[in-house]
Amino acid sequence: MINNNGFIGDWIIENSRVLDLGCGDGSLLETLTNKHQVRGYGLEIDPDSISQCIGRGVNVIEQDLNEGLENFADASFDTVVMMQTLQALRYPHLVLDEMLRIGKQCIVTFPNFGHWRTRADLVISGRMPVTKRLSYQWYDTPNIHFFTYKDFEALCLERNINIVNRNFVGGRASDLGLDNIWPNLFAHTAVYRLSK
Amino acid sequence: MANDLQSSKAQTAIAKTAVAFDRPLNLACGFELTTHELVYETYGKLNSSHTNAILICHALSGDHHAAGVDSEGKSGWWDHYIGPGKPIDTNRFFVVCPNNIGSCFGSTGPNSINPATGKHWGADFPALEVSDWVESQVFLMEHLEIDCWAAVVGGSLGGMQAMHWSVVHPEKLQHAVVIAASLRLSAQNIAFNEIARRAIQSDVNFRDGQYLEHQTSPKDGLALARMIGHLTYLSDHALGRKFGRLVRNGDLDAAQKELVEFEISSYLNYQGDKFAKGFDANSYILITKMLDYFDLVKNYKNDPLATFSNAKCQFLVVSFSSDWRFSPKCSEEITDALIGADKNVSYLRIESDQGHDAFLLPDARYENGVSLYLNRVADQIEAEQP
Repeated sequence: MINNNGFIGDWIIENSRVLDLGCGDGSLLETLTNKHQVRGYGLEIDPDSISQCIGRGVNVIEQDLNEGLENFADASFDTVVMMQTLQALRYPHLVLDEMLRIGKQCIVTFPNFGHWRTRADLVISGRMPVTKRLSYQWYDTPNIHFFTYKDFEALCLERNINIVNRNFVGGRASDLGLDNIWPNLFAHTAVYRLSK
Repeated sequence: MANDLQSSKAQTAIAKTAVAFDRPLNLACGFELTTHELVYETYGKLNSSHTNAILICHALSGDHHAAGVDSEGKSGWWDHYIGPGKPIDTNRFFVVCPNNIGSCFGSTGPNSINPATGKHWGADFPALEVSDWVESQVFLMEHLEIDCWAAVVGGSLGGMQAMHWSVVHPEKLQHAVVIAASLRLSAQNIAFNEIARRAIQSDVNFRDGQYLEHQTSPKDGLALARMIGHLTYLSDHALGRKFGRLVRNGDLDAAQKELVEFEISSYLNYQGDKFAKGFDANSYILITKMLDYFDLVKNYKNDPLATFSNAKCQFLVVSFSSDWRFSPKCSEEITDALIGADKNVSYLRIESDQGHDAFLLPDARYENGVSLYLNRVADQIEAEQP
């Protein structure tokens, strides 16, 4: 997805502590451990993903993000990462607050619902978009919130969250530089680096 | 220093051995146990660099017979998890399981003869703590010429030993697998243990613990203690699923119901009586007290993070959703402390309706998790073998 996390890696300090919320198969933590010698932990609830983490030697903790993160102390991690999970949480804004409490910095990625393909689906067919990246039917999707990067930035403003960096990823549009010129139309994924 | 008393291969996979140590073991209570014996089984082969050994720590009522089928046709208490191709794979690991001191399956305990009196120790056997079991296991480790365990593995009281190893002997293990355990017992846990002890002590045949000298046996008290304990190891849901209100004898529709016996009543009585035949009352009292005394964090200003700060090994922590003796919360406290102390740890919360007993029973996710974890350990050991 975000090509082995090229730019996420740039934001990660060597030998730092990283918490990955919704770590999936653990590949991000594995890469960060190999390239940046981080000490990482992933939170995950999907049994198959947890197995994959254990199989590759990634520290994985079976814990549901929707049940809170009170067990993690303030500023106990250098970086808290959450990739493509924000849209699937019951209360994304509360989890964001918790991430900023636990991490000195946070990295969040999410699908940009303003992408031209999702807009085209909705406008032309009149039905909720089912695209390659958002491939679920409306009634059976883990993605329960749909928002654009502009919505996200409005939330950051409202909650006094500092946007340190942002990046957009737009597939073929990236080659033309369109995703950064007109991100809400051409970026399918938004990547933010946040702090308090 | 130590000499083998016997060595036999009861079954292909089992090597049962006993070892007597003639150097003193200084117990936490201050008593010096001048000599002691351990009975243990091993499975699999120790590699040439002695790096593939796993120590299995048994719980309250466990023994050295963890795997395989012994000469009496009895399966080991963790046979589902230890063996060739099983999660603790004896094709790759050398697995050691001792019966610990104070227990009653051949290692030195209340049923042994007190060298000072020439009589059975009985209730005079010194009080034990988890640290004493671990120090005795260190003797065994040295006897087997193992410098460092590939892993120390245990459930319940076994998990407490594994944690104690990680904190007190950080150089002597690479991994700790801590299953359905806790940093310390809750008031409720201690209360259940106290009821069990009272049940035993109330039996007229207990004779203040010197029943062997009086040639009596507090079987009823011990059976009752076990019935209480056994019930707390199961979940309400699993009991309902297995027994419900099924009637074994008598008729609930009859006017006179004196003859009615529920399946659960029959089951619990059977479990209690079976246990009372095979276990020793003084050992039960001794080991339940040992559980009560256990408090890993007490010596570290009650700070779980500080407790684990010296640990060097990696951890796998496992809990079971319906375990109400050592609930997932207990395991999560351990996990959080390890994360805070910057230790490598993975945590599995297995969905199960089997209660505390789940750690002994087959479960696909649990098996898979332990298996994946230990296979990686084995891969590393084999890659480093000359």
